[in-house]
Amino acid sequence: MQIDLSINTDVAHQILTGFIKSEVTRAGFSRAVVGLSGGIDSALSCVLAVEALGRENVLAVRMPYRTSSPDSLAHAELLIEQLEIPSKTIEITEMVDPLIAKDKEITKLRKGNIMARERMIVLYDQSEVFKGLVIGTSNKTEILLGYSTQFGDAASAMNPIGDLYKTQIRQLARALNIPAPIIDKAPSADLWDGQTDEGELGFTYEKVDQLLYLLVDHRYSPTECVEAGFDEKFVSGVVKRIQRTQYKRMQPPIAKLSNRTIGYDFLYLRDWGT
Amino acid sequence: MKLNLALAQIATKLGDVESNLEKHLEYIKQAKSQKADLLVFPELSLTGYVLQDLVASVAHTPTEDDPVFKHLLKASNDLDLVVGFVDEDSRHRFFIASAYLSGGRAVHVHHKVYLPTYGLFDEGRFFAWGDSVRSFDTRFGRVGMLICEDFWHASPPYLLWLDGADIMLFSSASPGRGLTDKEKLESARWVERVSKAYASMFTSFVAHCNRVGFEDGLLFWGGATINDPNGELLAQGPYFEEALTVCELDLNQLRRTRARLPLLRDERTALVQKEMSRILSAR
Repeated sequence: MQIDLSINTDVAHQILTGFIKSEVTRAGFSRAVVGLSGGIDSALSCVLAVEALGRENVLAVRMPYRTSSPDSLAHAELLIEQLEIPSKTIEITEMVDPLIAKDKEITKLRKGNIMARERMIVLYDQSEVFKGLVIGTSNKTEILLGYSTQFGDAASAMNPIGDLYKTQIRQLARALNIPAPIIDKAPSADLWDGQTDEGELGFTYEKVDQLLYLLVDHRYSPTECVEAGFDEKFVSGVVKRIQRTQYKRMQPPIAKLSNRTIGYDFLYLRDWGT
Repeated sequence: MKLNLALAQIATKLGDVESNLEKHLEYIKQAKSQKADLLVFPELSLTGYVLQDLVASVAHTPTEDDPVFKHLLKASNDLDLVVGFVDEDSRHRFFIASAYLSGGRAVHVHHKVYLPTYGLFDEGRFFAWGDSVRSFDTRFGRVGMLICEDFWHASPPYLLWLDGADIMLFSSASPGRGLTDKEKLESARWVERVSKAYASMFTSFVAHCNRVGFEDGLLFWGGATINDPNGELLAQGPYFEEALTVCELDLNQLRRTRARLPLLRDERTALVQKEMSRILSAR
């Protein structure tokens, strides 16, 4: 089959802004908070939130660490200026460094997780100050690959972009006039110098999106994906990765004891009563 | 004969029947002011769709002593109504239901016969399956009602047709899904395609009323349609937003179309029955 991930950006735009407006207001809020990393995902979530709620109702928070790329800060600034939205810059170095200093053996991975979780703390604190809900910035590719820090960058009150693959995020970002430097640069969690998503994952988003599109959206078996032209090792690696990170996509399971247990047979939507 | 048909594609509050009733009464007022003869609401219009454990607490019965239906039955003295609700029978089974109200009484209640329990749907877990597909007489002729998944299967519309329905009223709570590069979501394209096909094949009027609004991450896409016995689209509501779509149906079109295209006259029901018996007995 022809693998075509292109989307109608007008329809996506209409649905996603409607979603933010509906879910923010039904939770009793009118404002939102977005952590702006300078990357494309948070830029897109931010633009959608501004269009849904109005520019005075979205707070952009930049949270650099001392090793963060200066480009990240500058790119976030580009968007803040373009959107004319309130913003804050809260450096996380002085919160993060004392914990990192406690262990000389600390790994890059642990440091990265600490930074991601510190940013979550800052964001949720600003959520209370600004009286706005935290808008998620995880895309479908990274959610499926589990390429995120649990309770860190993966934490949010709602996620408008979690059903869009990275290549679709790029298409929508272009349609919504997000500044070109943000769209064109190599995606990076910017947790250490020179880190790029594609370098760390070992494949490009474009390639893995096509595979995920067959596996997930079109229910192809791994064998069928190989028959469709994907490398066997690549396919099995991605399938294993999805399976291994399922825990990141779920609430922690509760051990069942009673006749009615949260998560199993106590079932209500979040929009209950609204 | 003319029928001024109105379709109310509303958003609902999940589990808040009182508030949804108020919205029904507002739309009834609006439809009345536009001289509608019949007003159709979407599937589960009084309750919201993803009810899960709310099912038992939002159930009602379409009788005069019911605190919700007494208002709707009263309103049905002015114009006929189709409303979506959770029907509880005397043995406490809960059905996804549509009631046709006219002249202060419930003329017909349809229980959804196909409960989708796959993909994002879990209706079979929470509801009992309806077990009949019947047309019924109204002041506009014979009518049939189906609910969402009912008309994803070909047999319920076919049965209604054979049972005399010239006007089919479809109601839905259809979540939007299948975003591609096309202007319409896949779910909308599918429903529009089959509605048009039924109108064409059964040379009948087919109206579809789908709700709007979000429930968590699900967006119901609206886009109410009315197709005439030639399969031509007479009216369409907008996508994603609340609207009242009103359209005058010239019921004489049934006669003109069927004089030209006698599909109903030529339908070989005895052949269907014979072959159906053979197919089922061979299983």
